[in-house]
Amino acid sequence: MNEPTKTQPRIGVYICHCGTNIAGVVDCKAVAETAAQYPNVVVSRDYKYMCSDPGQALIQQDIKEHKLDRIVVSSCSPLLHEHTFRGACEKGGLNPYCFQMVNIREHDSWVHEKGAAATDKAKDLTRAAVSRVAHHKPLETKTTPIHPDVMIVGGGIAGIQAALTLANAGQHVYLVEREPTIGGYMAKFDKTFPTLDCAACILTPKMSAVGAHPNITLWTYSEVAKVDGFVGNYKVVVKRKPRYIIEDLCVGCNECVTACVFKEGKFEDEFNMGLSKRKPVYMPFPQATPPIVLIDPETCINVKTGKCKKTCVEACGDRQAIDFTQKAEMKEVQVGTIILATGFQPFDAKRIPQYGYGIYPNVYTSLEIERLVNASGPTEGHVVLRDGKTKPKSVGIVHCVGSRDNKTHRWCSRVCCMYSMKLAHLIKHHTDAEVFNFYIDIRAPGKGYEEFYEKLQEEGVHFIRGRVAEVTDWQMSKEEEGKLVIRVEDTLAGFVRRIPVDMVVLAVGLEPHADSQDVRRQFNISCSTEGWFLERHPKLAPVNTFTDGIFIAGACQGPKDIPDTVAQAGAAAAEALSLIKAGSIELEPNTAFVVAEECSGCKTCIPMCPYTAISRDDVKKVAVINEALCKGCGTCVAACPSGAIKQNLFDDDEITSEIEAILAK
Amino acid sequence: MSTKPKIGFYWCASCGGCEESVVDLAEDVLMVVGAVDIVFWPCAMDFKKADVEAMPDKSIVATLLNGAIRSSEQEEMAHLLRRKSQVLIAYGSCAHTGGVPGLANQFTREQIMKYVYEDAPTMVNDKKTRPQTHFKEDGRETELPQLRNVVRALDQVVDVDYYIPGCPPTPKLLKDAVLALLSGKLPPKGSVLAPNIAVCQQCKRNDSKPQDISLTEFKRPHQIIADPEKCLLAQGLPCLGPATRGGCDAVCIQGNMPCTGCFGPVDNVHDHGAKILSYLASTAAGKEQKDITKTLAGIPDPVGTFYRYGLAKCVLRGKVS
Amino acid sequence: METKSNNWEPRIVAFFCNWCTYTAADLAGVSRMKYAPNIRVIRLMCSGRLDPQYVMMAFAKGADGVLIGGCHPGDCHYVEGNYKTLRRVTLLERMLHDLGLEKERFRLEWISASEGDKVKKVVNEMVEQVRALGPLDMPGRFADWDKEMEELEAHVNHSQKEIPAHVH
Repeated sequence: MNEPTKTQPRIGVYICHCGTNIAGVVDCKAVAETAAQYPNVVVSRDYKYMCSDPGQALIQQDIKEHKLDRIVVSSCSPLLHEHTFRGACEKGGLNPYCFQMVNIREHDSWVHEKGAAATDKAKDLTRAAVSRVAHHKPLETKTTPIHPDVMIVGGGIAGIQAALTLANAGQHVYLVEREPTIGGYMAKFDKTFPTLDCAACILTPKMSAVGAHPNITLWTYSEVAKVDGFVGNYKVVVKRKPRYIIEDLCVGCNECVTACVFKEGKFEDEFNMGLSKRKPVYMPFPQATPPIVLIDPETCINVKTGKCKKTCVEACGDRQAIDFTQKAEMKEVQVGTIILATGFQPFDAKRIPQYGYGIYPNVYTSLEIERLVNASGPTEGHVVLRDGKTKPKSVGIVHCVGSRDNKTHRWCSRVCCMYSMKLAHLIKHHTDAEVFNFYIDIRAPGKGYEEFYEKLQEEGVHFIRGRVAEVTDWQMSKEEEGKLVIRVEDTLAGFVRRIPVDMVVLAVGLEPHADSQDVRRQFNISCSTEGWFLERHPKLAPVNTFTDGIFIAGACQGPKDIPDTVAQAGAAAAEALSLIKAGSIELEPNTAFVVAEECSGCKTCIPMCPYTAISRDDVKKVAVINEALCKGCGTCVAACPSGAIKQNLFDDDEITSEIEAILAK
Repeated sequence: MSTKPKIGFYWCASCGGCEESVVDLAEDVLMVVGAVDIVFWPCAMDFKKADVEAMPDKSIVATLLNGAIRSSEQEEMAHLLRRKSQVLIAYGSCAHTGGVPGLANQFTREQIMKYVYEDAPTMVNDKKTRPQTHFKEDGRETELPQLRNVVRALDQVVDVDYYIPGCPPTPKLLKDAVLALLSGKLPPKGSVLAPNIAVCQQCKRNDSKPQDISLTEFKRPHQIIADPEKCLLAQGLPCLGPATRGGCDAVCIQGNMPCTGCFGPVDNVHDHGAKILSYLASTAAGKEQKDITKTLAGIPDPVGTFYRYGLAKCVLRGKVS
Repeated sequence: METKSNNWEPRIVAFFCNWCTYTAADLAGVSRMKYAPNIRVIRLMCSGRLDPQYVMMAFAKGADGVLIGGCHPGDCHYVEGNYKTLRRVTLLERMLHDLGLEKERFRLEWISASEGDKVKKVVNEMVEQVRALGPLDMPGRFADWDKEMEELEAHVNHSQKEIPAHVH
């Protein structure tokens, strides 16, 4: 503000048409002509695509030819192309921060009707940028080193794939899984669509590879408790819940399970969706990774009361792997990047009572059927009703339970059509029952998916188009006796039907974890309104988040099938690797600093900073900002009662000139 | 004719405290009087407007004008003195930032006139007579100054060279300013002749202020007996020292009263009240709206508190009617 | 934009935080939602950067309304910048009210990156509310107030003959 008058800036203004994206609504030529009249503007042009090579070359050429020292580009969102144009400025020999971008696409042409108002807005925004950029100072780009270790949260197929990719590339990975074993939902599936290869056969080798990999530290039964730091330098605290088993000593022999005072399983077996019982000490499933047991504190008599014969300890004998004194343990690690692969949770079918889940025993969720058809499942692969013996003669599969439904979730869960057909095939194969699919639309857009649909039709599986109204045991005719009746409007046939079946399968959709909001807050990323983790750009940065160094993979970002999940996990791993290999990342230089001569030492700023970047120099009695810790939010700048804190790129003179010019007429 | 530099003093809308502050120079007043020729000082000596009108343009080396500009007479004198003076100094809060009279900008002229001449409990005025700017009776014509729409700081009326802040300015600031004038060692035009750093820097209680005070309650001076050693803000009193230009040696705080902001803001601040608001609100604790509202209710009159001396220079200049 | 009263259009200056509300406005664009063109967005990294001076200044320079957009409480990209915003805005709202500004002219909204539709809703709503209030036009008011000063200044300068200064 009180700086000595320097030579006048020489500003170049570029108005992008973005094809017709902008030019179809905003009169770009008129904006450029008006901008030519703004103070200090030497060159003002409009051009078809500023982000194209010729567009960028235009800037570089003008910088040289017209000795420009400030550039304004009015085009799309700075979140998209600020980096591009800063690069163009730099190539033209200009400091990349002597640049200001104006968003006349997302904030103007795409949201307003064609006409004078949209053009006026583009002019106002451009004038504000011209006024602001005159105050821009050349800045140095700062870099921060990237710690080579990676943390992956979630040990489903996404986390497994990402962990192996990174570990194979030589990076050290911490894989944190909340459950006692990795594998996620895929481990519960019998076959996978459309190839019908066995899920366990393709997944378990990867699980063991994770367990054995020298570059992977696997922490199951663990949760992230705290995340601090920033890209390249995250400090993560992981809480390892006590499993009352010393991991290094347990060999997974299961002798303690056999020896447990509970002779039979008594508690719901989570892995089998409650279709079988387990003991308080148990191995989640035979291929669990790590292949060790755990003791459930909720059901173990010794943990709860301390009064048990502890036959398990006896059975373990010399190995002494059981430790009832185990406490939760906090592990703190340093990583440079984090991949979130926390997955989804299945829709709770009880939320739609008219489908009878939890009311009629023979209404199942699709995941229960996955376990029933599985040879290692509770019935050893025999598809039988809840009585444990009767083979169903007819089965109805209800699609879109908790999907494409304004009352529950509006989205399509993407996998249900395909897995319903897979289950139809498997049920038919196992029982030779009549299988009916009740669908709204069949969505089979993947490779080999439509062919699978055709194959099912050839196999004689019935497809009835219509959203099921109700599953009821109110039998109206002889043929309905002893059966569940599915009421549906067959929209192809054009009448309401009642279809009696022995078994109903509800194809439940995918939804975000109940605690997804807590998780994303912990990692400082955004969520969609539905609760899926938000990607940085839906097309061009699908695994990046708005927080640098944090990536997302798999169904935590939205419903996804296995091939897509694996592809995304690979992409997330590659993004992390690209940061690691670069060794460092450029940081926005928008940090704040204190002008010591103007600081009265009033300490107002110190508690403003969430990163403890501000401290007081007790000798000079002024505030000092550690720019390495500053992330550029500017909260201290706004608070400073003396205006003694400045912020690069968002300084008072820059913002106030923007306010003034945006309102100038 | 004396060759000593000619100095003028004038008094517009103010309380008279600024005139007192000249006398507060004590013995130093003799130094000043000895070094300069006072050519205009209606408060202390008999000068008339005509005397000023007769002076050549720019013949006064410096005029120190105190008080805000509220009436047409004050406005006229400001123009006249500007014309006659080489250097025009806004002396004291009222000339500098509008001062306490500036708080009148919360009311329209009509509201003020109506209250004073009709509604005030002490007023007996059945005919609702109001002062007129022109009045004729028995062939005599009288003119009274007009009350302007708003109160203005001096620089909102005429070009001002320097500002001496304070309500009133301290003798030290006046002495320093006179010495600077006499020696010709003046800072760039437009400067405030006081340090460009806030009061806290000179405040002896600064070290006692904890780094994070997160106030859950603001208090008013009559509600507590403040610890005379500790930071007043930390004790819940909205002390405006952090946002107010220093140079006063924190005298009010030395007297165990919080700073009320009379020196105005430092150079980087555009709007004193908004900046005060920003740091005081930042000092409040609470994350829930109801807690925050409750804490901030401890500041019952934000305009009167944050713009006690500067409403005329608030970017909105007063209440929008 | 025209200021003649017959085709006056409200002018809203918005301060949006980079991570939530600015991104939400981008999303509204990508989703081709249509809303009133009366808003001019100034991007800040965090709503916590919002100096109350900016709001005052925007009004003083001719804004009819000022809209602040930040991340929802608990969601701040910078941990808790938005709580500081809330504290400042709470007091600022009260002060602006005391300074005679209608409450509809100043608004704080928490809009997350996924709430493009909320940007549309809030902007449309605010434009209509401010339209109903009519122009604030502070620059015009200042000019009106200061008209009273023109006459006297001319008078003083005319009545005074040019008297050259003595050389000391």
